[in-house]
Amino acid sequence: MMEHIPLNFPFLAAALLAGVAFYIIIFKRNLIKLIMGIALLASAVNLFLVALGYRAGGNAPIYTDVPPGPMVLPVPQALTLTSIVINVAVLALMLTMVVHIYRHTGDIDSKKSRRLKG
Amino acid sequence: MDSLITHSPALIVALPLLAAFAIPLINRAGPRVRDIFNLVIFGFVAFFVAILAVDVYSVGIHVYTFGATAAELALPGGYTVPVRIMFEVDGMSIFMGIIITTVTLASLIYSLQFLKGRTGQARFYSLMMLLYAGMMGLAFTGDMFNLFVFLEIASIAGAGLAAYRTNMADAVEGGFKYIVISAVSALLVLFAIGILYAQYNVLSIAALANYMQYTTLDMMALGLLGGAFVMKLAGVPLHMWAPDTYTVAPAGTTPMILAASYTAMYALYRMTFSLYGGHIDTTAIGWIVIIIGVLSMFIGVMMAVHQTDIKRMMAYHAISQGGYMLLGLGVGLAVIADPVALANYGRDAMNGGIFHIINHVFYKALLFMTAEAIFFRIGTRDTNKMGGLARNMKWTTAFYIIGALAISGIPPLNGFASKLLIYESVLRFNPVLSVIAMFVSLVTLASFAKVFYSAFTGPPMPAYKEVREVPKSMIIGMSILAVLIIFFGIFPGLIVDTIVAPATDALINQASYINAVMGAVP
Repeated sequence: MMEHIPLNFPFLAAALLAGVAFYIIIFKRNLIKLIMGIALLASAVNLFLVALGYRAGGNAPIYTDVPPGPMVLPVPQALTLTSIVINVAVLALMLTMVVHIYRHTGDIDSKKSRRLKG
Repeated sequence: MDSLITHSPALIVALPLLAAFAIPLINRAGPRVRDIFNLVIFGFVAFFVAILAVDVYSVGIHVYTFGATAAELALPGGYTVPVRIMFEVDGMSIFMGIIITTVTLASLIYSLQFLKGRTGQARFYSLMMLLYAGMMGLAFTGDMFNLFVFLEIASIAGAGLAAYRTNMADAVEGGFKYIVISAVSALLVLFAIGILYAQYNVLSIAALANYMQYTTLDMMALGLLGGAFVMKLAGVPLHMWAPDTYTVAPAGTTPMILAASYTAMYALYRMTFSLYGGHIDTTAIGWIVIIIGVLSMFIGVMMAVHQTDIKRMMAYHAISQGGYMLLGLGVGLAVIADPVALANYGRDAMNGGIFHIINHVFYKALLFMTAEAIFFRIGTRDTNKMGGLARNMKWTTAFYIIGALAISGIPPLNGFASKLLIYESVLRFNPVLSVIAMFVSLVTLASFAKVFYSAFTGPPMPAYKEVREVPKSMIIGMSILAVLIIFFGIFPGLIVDTIVAPATDALINQASYINAVMGAVP
């Protein structure tokens, strides 16, 4: 029982991070905090992907001079790298848009910057 | 020619992707060179889509494996699971491809003079090509991870385009909403992909469908995927971003962002029919889709009636029309397990739902373009401030009338053809749903008639005395769509037989989708 806890721990952490992220995305009115929420959600998903590829005591998936024993799955790591790159682009775009919104309205409160309503 | 056909799926995505990054460089040679470059590149891409379509309709599912010795080789010797990245183009994929390509072509031509004299044109066309590549990749991809990648490419490009007019505060807000919704939904998709990969160790959609056990974790993944794609396609109750984003996006790109929403709808169908088909409780899931569809139809149109912003009204109608598509497909999904009902009306309902996608994208694109043509000339989207425009903008008025009649389902235009298919088949499934659909159509007509009277008819307004017709390229862009609307309305049977029925078959026939990749593997 005890030896399973460290293995499951990353999944719990990912779920917790995702929960916090959703709370922030839904309830926070500050646009910068909203972006932080999305960054947290991205981290949760990345952590989940890396954790599911991990094998206890596994080696790095590099085929030269490989020591005996299990190997960590390489595919989720590739997915995570791609996802990190994409998320950098998304977050950068969001931040530039917030800068523009701030220039127009002088505020980054989502309640006050609602020209589009109804 | 053969090798062109073989490699066309890769070229269709690669060419615009490369062009997107070449455009800022080519722009240095002058705007005229850049415009010609855009049109030439897009002409090539449209040619590849055409030959690929002919190939798919005559030969069958077209599998393209990247990096394999032969492009058709999905399974390398000795492997039982596909390990390479691949595109899998079937009737439904190429159907989306045809929609996206036509709309992008019209948008590109429309934008040529629409953008004249504005800053950042090179980046605008870059993003347009990027959005096109993202949507086509999403429609063609055969594996889950590239689904996520192309979804993100389309989202980033779409948000950038929606916020293109950064001098307007509402444009930036609309773009921001779009990127937030897209980022959240894409991350949900990635979460679901992780769950699926953890269980089956494959990413190919066909292989996943082949090994699908439908465990509790798979149900969670289906829920995440469903939620994410309903959010992206602006189905009620996750529709709140759509009016804002469609309203503010510049004219040439609103139709493309609309098409991007329906590409997400395509992804939803791909998941429910091809990936989970045969395992899920189709009646229950079908009814969920029907309920989302009916809610979208009804709430969308009710919100549209009292709008005074012309594009915002059209955006709510887009949500409402999306409901028709979901209704048609939902009915098909609900009876897919019952061969008699499927043959009697289920297939027709699906035909109607799929046919409505292409019809709606065409007439709504046309309507958005006319609205933006008005905005281009008089600088307001408020219908209360318009009046008497039919005197000065004859072409725009004619196109508006065509679009408005098509969306209201008046024969002989294309909206009538697909709506009739939906009414007839849904009537045999559940009469109440059909009555709701007809009622919504009636309200749609009323709301477009109201805008027609307030914007185009009435006494000439002194402020708009000098208003002229929009430039030629905008008229050409709109007339491409108008001609297609009329053509589809006059020959609906031809269109249903040639492009819609193969798409329906591709969704119903899950085994052929799996076998195209997995071959003889049990």
